[in-house]
Amino acid sequence: MIGEWLDIGWVNEIPVRGSRTVPVEGGEEIAVFRTSDDRIFALVNRCPHKHGPLSQGIVHGHSVACPLHNWNIALATGEAQGEDKGCTPVIPVKIDGGRVLICRASTLKAAA
Amino acid sequence: MDFQDYQPREGTDEPADRFSGDPREHLVVVGNGMAGCRAVEELLARDAGRYRITIFGAEPHVNYNRIMLSPVLAGEKTFDEIIINGRDWYRDNGITLITDDPIVSIDRASAAVTSRSGRTLGYDRLLIATGSDPFIIPVPGKDLPGVVSFRDMKDVDTMLAAAAKGGAAVVIGGGLLGLEAAHGLALRGMNVTVLHLPGSLMERQLDEAAGWLLKTALEERGQTILTGADTAEIYGDGKVEGVRLKDGREIPASLVVMAVGIRPSVALAREAGLEVGRGIKVDDHMVTSDPSILAVGECAEHDGNVYGLVAPLWDMCRSFADGLTGKANPYRCSATSTKLKVAGLDVFSAGDFSGVGGGCEDIVLRDASRGIYKRLVLQDDRIIGAVLYGDTADGSWYFDLLRKGECVADLRDVLIFGQAFASGGGAADPKAAVAALSDDAEICGCNGVSKGQVLSSIARGAHSLDAVRVTCKASASCGSCTGLVETLLAITLGDDVQAGSKTMCKCTTFTHDDVRREIVAQDMRSIPEVMQKLHWSTPDGCSSCRPALNYYLLCALPGEYIDDQQSRFVNERMHANIQKDGTYSVVPRMWGGLTNPRELRAIADVVEKYNAPMVKVTGGQRLDIFGIRKEDLPAVWADLNAAGMVSGHAYGKSLRTVKTCVGSEWCRFGTQDSTGLGVRIERMTWGSWMPHKFKIAVSGCPRNCAEATIKDFGVVCLDSGYELSVGGNGGIKVRATDLLCRVATEQEALDYCAAFIQLYREEARYLERTAPWIERVGIDYVKQRIVEDEIGREALRARFLFSQGFSQDDPWAQRAEGVAREQHAHMAQFRPARLEEMA
Repeated sequence: MIGEWLDIGWVNEIPVRGSRTVPVEGGEEIAVFRTSDDRIFALVNRCPHKHGPLSQGIVHGHSVACPLHNWNIALATGEAQGEDKGCTPVIPVKIDGGRVLICRASTLKAAA
Repeated sequence: MDFQDYQPREGTDEPADRFSGDPREHLVVVGNGMAGCRAVEELLARDAGRYRITIFGAEPHVNYNRIMLSPVLAGEKTFDEIIINGRDWYRDNGITLITDDPIVSIDRASAAVTSRSGRTLGYDRLLIATGSDPFIIPVPGKDLPGVVSFRDMKDVDTMLAAAAKGGAAVVIGGGLLGLEAAHGLALRGMNVTVLHLPGSLMERQLDEAAGWLLKTALEERGQTILTGADTAEIYGDGKVEGVRLKDGREIPASLVVMAVGIRPSVALAREAGLEVGRGIKVDDHMVTSDPSILAVGECAEHDGNVYGLVAPLWDMCRSFADGLTGKANPYRCSATSTKLKVAGLDVFSAGDFSGVGGGCEDIVLRDASRGIYKRLVLQDDRIIGAVLYGDTADGSWYFDLLRKGECVADLRDVLIFGQAFASGGGAADPKAAVAALSDDAEICGCNGVSKGQVLSSIARGAHSLDAVRVTCKASASCGSCTGLVETLLAITLGDDVQAGSKTMCKCTTFTHDDVRREIVAQDMRSIPEVMQKLHWSTPDGCSSCRPALNYYLLCALPGEYIDDQQSRFVNERMHANIQKDGTYSVVPRMWGGLTNPRELRAIADVVEKYNAPMVKVTGGQRLDIFGIRKEDLPAVWADLNAAGMVSGHAYGKSLRTVKTCVGSEWCRFGTQDSTGLGVRIERMTWGSWMPHKFKIAVSGCPRNCAEATIKDFGVVCLDSGYELSVGGNGGIKVRATDLLCRVATEQEALDYCAAFIQLYREEARYLERTAPWIERVGIDYVKQRIVEDEIGREALRARFLFSQGFSQDDPWAQRAEGVAREQHAHMAQFRPARLEEMA
C-alpha cells in the first residue's frame, strides 16, 4: 500500500541553501530546496517565465532566483516576486524523523 | 529518614497496597523530574488531600531542576542549590517517594506497575512523566568508557571526574545542551572542541547570522567550534581517545559528550499498549488512550506536538491538575519562546522566526560594535517570530505581542528598537527622536563624532551620505550609525539630500567599494561576518550580493577563504554553461587554441557517447559541446580529463581564453611567436577568479588576426617587441583597447599582464568588466599603477601569482572524482505508473 506521502530521502542529503531534484517518469521534475534556516520546500522544477530549472538557482531567504533570467520565485507559494507575474506549482512537503516526504497526489498531478 | 516506606510483600499476587487501608484514590507518578513533581504540586494546590500519592524516580535524588545542571557543571551552583523539593516536601505532603528504582512495566489489566527491584504497586490513576532520553548517534565507539550524554546528575558527575584530570574534551552537538556542556567543561579547565553537523550553531533556535555571532563569541572564549563536522567514529583502546570525522580529521579527547538531541521516553507506554506517536498521545487534560493513565511533560504528545521546554510543561501540569480535580481547563498548544544564556551570552528566540515565505517580512537590526542582532518576522502586521542576540531585554515584550497576535502596524517603524522606544509617545517618530538629541550626543561611536559635528559638516556642504563620511568620518567605519546620519541629512536638508552612490543591492546601504574596503580593513573572513558587521537587512542576502561577497572574500584571502558554493551562479557551481533548455555546454581548455588528435578524438567520443546534438567552435577558438545533461556532466569531464584536458572555465567569471594567431612559426608576416606566448600566458592565468569574464589575445603582427584590440588584455607583437593594450570589449558595447605600454621581452609582457589582472581583480566591482572599469577610473590611473609604479607593479604581480597557487586546480577533475556528487545526481526518482499498479 502506498501512503499519501512519498519518502525521498534524508534532509541532510540536500545542501543548505541548495536543492536536489526528483524526476517523475512521464512528467515534470520536482525541485526540493533547503533554506539557510533549515526549512524544506518543493516546487515543480520550472520557472513560470521561460521554464528555467529553479533547482539550479541561488537560494536566498525563502526565495530562489531562476538561473536563466533571475526571476525570484517564493519557495512557499511558487509565486514570482516583485514586478514579475507567474506561478510554479508547489508540492507540499513534510519532515518526519529527518526524512523528507513530498505529497504524493501533488507529485502525480505535476507529473500528469 | 527513610521515605521508602513501602516494601513489597511476598507470596501474594494481589498488589500490596490494596491493603493499605487508605480509602483515597491512589495516584502513582512514574518520574520524579520537573514535570512529574510540578503536576503533583499543582494537584496539591487545588485539593491537597484528595489523592494518596506515590512517586517513583529512576535517579537516587529528590526532585531537582534539570535545567540547572549546566551551572552545576560550570561550578556556579552546587547540587543542593538546584533541588526544587527536598525530602521534607514529600514528607509534609504525605507523598511516598521511591528513588533509584525505575518502573519497568505497566499492567493495565490489573492496574499495577512493577519497578526494576520487583516492587509491584496498584494504582487508581497513573501519571507518566518519564521525560526524554538522550539521543545517541550510532557510531562505532559510542559505548566506550568516557562517552557520556548530558541528561542527569550522574552524567555531570562523570564529566566533573574527567575534568578534574584536565585534558581535552569533545562535545558532539552544537545545540543548547551541547554548548552548555562545552561551556561548563571549558570553565573546568578542559580544552573543548564542539562538533556540529549543520552549518551553524543552534540552528533550531537561531538563524544563520545569530549562529555566526554565537560561534565567534565562543571561539573568542577559547573553544574550538567545527560546524559541518560529521562524526565517523569515536576511537580508543578500552577507553575514549578521540573522535574521527568523516573527512578524516582526528580530535584527541579523554571525554566525549554526546548532546545531539533528546527524544520522548515512550518505551514504557508503548509496551503497555498506549497510543504513541512521537510521544505518548494525550487529550486536552493530558489523559492517554487509557482513561486511568495520564502523561505530562516531554514524553507527552498533544495535538501532534511534543515540547522540550519548560513553559509548555507548566501549562500541561495545570490542565492535568484541573482535570483530575473535576475542572475543565483544556490544554492548548503552547507558543514557545527560549530565553537563555549560553556561556554568558544572551540569546532569545520565539515563534516561527524562520518565516513561511509569501507575505512574510523581516525587520533586521544589526549593531556590530555592540554585538547585537535582532530579527522580527511579521506576517499581516503581526509578529510571528523573533530572534534576539546580545540584547534580549525586549524578548518578553515581543513574545507577548506574538502570543496575543496584536496588530503592530502603528509600531512598525520603531518596533525593532524595543518597548521603551516604541511606547515613548512622541519618540515614536524616529525623526523627532533624532531631532531631539542634543548637539553633543554621539552619533558615530567608531570615530567619536557628535551630532553637532555632523550638522556642521552638512552646513559646510556635505549634502550626501558619502560626503558626510568623507568630511567628518561619521558612518565611515562600521556603518551602524548610517541610519542616524541619513535622518540628520533629511532633517537638515529636506529634499536636497543628494543620493549617494548606488548600493551593492537592496540588502545593504553600502556600495561595492565600501564593502571591499571594509572587508580588508576589518579583516572579515566569511559572508555571515560581512553581513553582520555591515548591517545587512536580510537574513542571508540575495542572488546579487552573495556572489559578489563570495568573490571579494576569495580575492582578499587567497588560500584561506573557503568558497561558498551556494553563493555561486549555477554556471560556476556546475562548472558548465546552462543553456535555455536547462542542459549544459562543456568547453575543455585548448591552450592558446592548440589541439591534437588525441584531444579531438576524446571530444568526438564524448559527443557520440552522450548524444550531444551540437559541437561549435567558439569565438575564443575552443570547441563547445552542447546539450549535456546535468547528471552526465561528471562522466563527460572524466572522459575529457582522461585525454589530458581540463576545464576551460568558459562558464566562469574568470580567465576564459587566450586567442592566438600562428605568428612567426608559420605566418609570413609574423614577427614573434604569438602562439607560444599565448600558451604561456594561458598557463599563467588560467583558473583565476575575476570580477567578470576576462579574455586575452595575442596577435603575431599588427594585422591583428587574433583581434587583440577588443580583449580585456591584448598583445600585439611587433618587430621591436610587444604592444600591450587593455580594456577592450567585443560585447554589447564594442570598445577598442587603450594602449598600456610597449615592452621589449616576453617575460615583461607576462609580468605586466599578471599585474594588470591583479589590479582589476582587487579594484573592480563585481560584474564590472575591464572596459567600464577603465572608463570609470581612467586609463591614466591604470598606467600609473602598472607602468609608472615599478614596485607596485611587482607587488601586484606577486599577489596574483601567489593567489594562482591556490586556484590552478582543475574543478572538473575534483568533480569527476565525486566532489559535490550530490549536485549532479537526483535525490530520488518516481515512476508513477508502477506505483499505481502497486497501490
